[in-house]
Amino acid sequence: MRRQIPLLITFFVGTLIIVSEFIPHKPFGNLSTSLEGWFLIISGFAIILGQLNLFKVNIVKISRKAPNWPYYVIALVSFSVMVICGILWGTQQQPGLIPYSDKMLNFFGYKPFDYIFKYIFENLSATMFSLLAFFMASASYRAFRARSPESTLLLVAAVLVMLGRTTIGSTLTGWIPDSLGFLHLPNIASFIMKYPNTAGQRAILICAGLGVIGSSLRIILGIERTYLGGK
Amino acid sequence: MKAYILLIILIFFPFTLYAQNITFTAADNPNDDGGAIILKWIAPASIPEMIISRSIDKKEYIEIARVTPLLKTYIDDENIEDGQEYYYKLSALNADGEIIQSFTASAIAKAQWFNTDKIPLLIITILLGSAIIYFIFSARKGKRLYIRKISGLDTIEEAVGRATEMGKPLLFVPGIMDLDDMQTIAGLNILGHLAEKVAQYDSTIHVPVCRSMVLSTAKEIVKEAYIRAGRPDAFNPDSVFYLTDDQFGYVAGVDGIIMREKPAANFYLGAFYAESLILAETGFESGAIQIAGTAMPTQIPFFVAACDYTLIGEELFAASAYLSKEPTQLGSLKGQDVGKAIIIITLLVGIVLEIFGIHFLKDFLTTH
Repeated sequence: MRRQIPLLITFFVGTLIIVSEFIPHKPFGNLSTSLEGWFLIISGFAIILGQLNLFKVNIVKISRKAPNWPYYVIALVSFSVMVICGILWGTQQQPGLIPYSDKMLNFFGYKPFDYIFKYIFENLSATMFSLLAFFMASASYRAFRARSPESTLLLVAAVLVMLGRTTIGSTLTGWIPDSLGFLHLPNIASFIMKYPNTAGQRAILICAGLGVIGSSLRIILGIERTYLGGK
Repeated sequence: MKAYILLIILIFFPFTLYAQNITFTAADNPNDDGGAIILKWIAPASIPEMIISRSIDKKEYIEIARVTPLLKTYIDDENIEDGQEYYYKLSALNADGEIIQSFTASAIAKAQWFNTDKIPLLIITILLGSAIIYFIFSARKGKRLYIRKISGLDTIEEAVGRATEMGKPLLFVPGIMDLDDMQTIAGLNILGHLAEKVAQYDSTIHVPVCRSMVLSTAKEIVKEAYIRAGRPDAFNPDSVFYLTDDQFGYVAGVDGIIMREKPAANFYLGAFYAESLILAETGFESGAIQIAGTAMPTQIPFFVAACDYTLIGEELFAASAYLSKEPTQLGSLKGQDVGKAIIIITLLVGIVLEIFGIHFLKDFLTTH
């Protein structure tokens, strides 16, 4: 029964969603949107589970003095500070439990929650994101080493696109007459991005779409049960 | 007398010019759940503005919108009741804002039981569904099916073995999306098989997640995998843990785990965005075997560049069936291949038809 009921619910809801895709009449037309709303409500409640898990895992590691335990203290302190600031003084849009004095607001420009969010969190996020530029360089260096015909092709295509997307590309091939405009590096770059690249991406998307249909059918028909913890 | 006739013609000529060229129709908005009427008009672009007004008794009209001739259509879905006849008046204005001509039309809104715009989708769904179900039943009857090797998945056991020998953990990242994304579910399905191997080899696995719903599901999947492997006591509930919902906060957390714990193997299977390369490059620096899989076309090149094996698009969704080796699941993969064949044939036929100037197939597939 523990397995059969979830499987029955999955089959019923899955079939209903497929059917509702083709029936605009009420109640089928808005079914998908309603279920998405349900999902959001459930995930909203599930956030509490996540926060509790975060607390539990970190407290266990701190109490056992696990390696690098001070990091977990920092995580918990950061989490608590944000929660306390949010509850006590609220945010720019939402008032908190304690009124925030205009004097402080004028001095800092923001409420504590918004101040931390803007001047600490956003900068840390941007720092992580900016690492991408360096990682891209190191990954490109490895990927573009001409070890095989395929990687050589990758290297050539990448160099053409990179040159074509920068001003140096236009400068290098600017002298070529318009009658041979297809040899201009920006045009070559556009061609590569518009045709081979788009074709490749669409092939992946079409196959992924088929994969989604196949996986969905396996789940709806109860053939795939791993997500329930079964084999 | 002639002068009067000329004057009358001069006064009314502009109106007759507009009147001759304006057509106005009202009809039920098709393929919806009722409550909407679509108004269409063809009018000279020289008309500066037109007023649409509505009435239920043909006597008192209320203005509902001001439109231009170029707009051509307007869908009225404000307080429209199904089964009630609505009368519409389209009034053309001159440059001074005076009504020079009006046209009327009426329609009744109703809900449809079938969306005719989705006929191609229905055909594809039926064809694909039938092919998949046919091959599932064929496999059940014992028909042998050939499935090509997927190196990335064959390496899973090797990766777990390596981790056990090195005494290091494995890291599984199920992407940054929630359970409503099929890629996350596909990744979690692979986690079930991986966790079973981890339990059998007495190794350890870390599963940091960034969605609470994924946390509960992943925990249940890993727990059941340990039970299946006959080692429920070895399951550590804290091996699956929540970090944060924030994309780059999650990346920072996972990168920290990679650098501190130095896992022997990293698995990135699910939906990824900008964090894919940050994770994969950090994993590469730590010297771990890396297996990635996603259906995000923009992230696949990053994984290909930084990981040892990459499951591209459909391979991610096929992975669970491939690893289970169950005939019924493998049968569904064969059905997907039939779907691919259908799409390739359709594309080729479409190309040939377009070359010969026959646009039927393109129109059928694009207009719907």
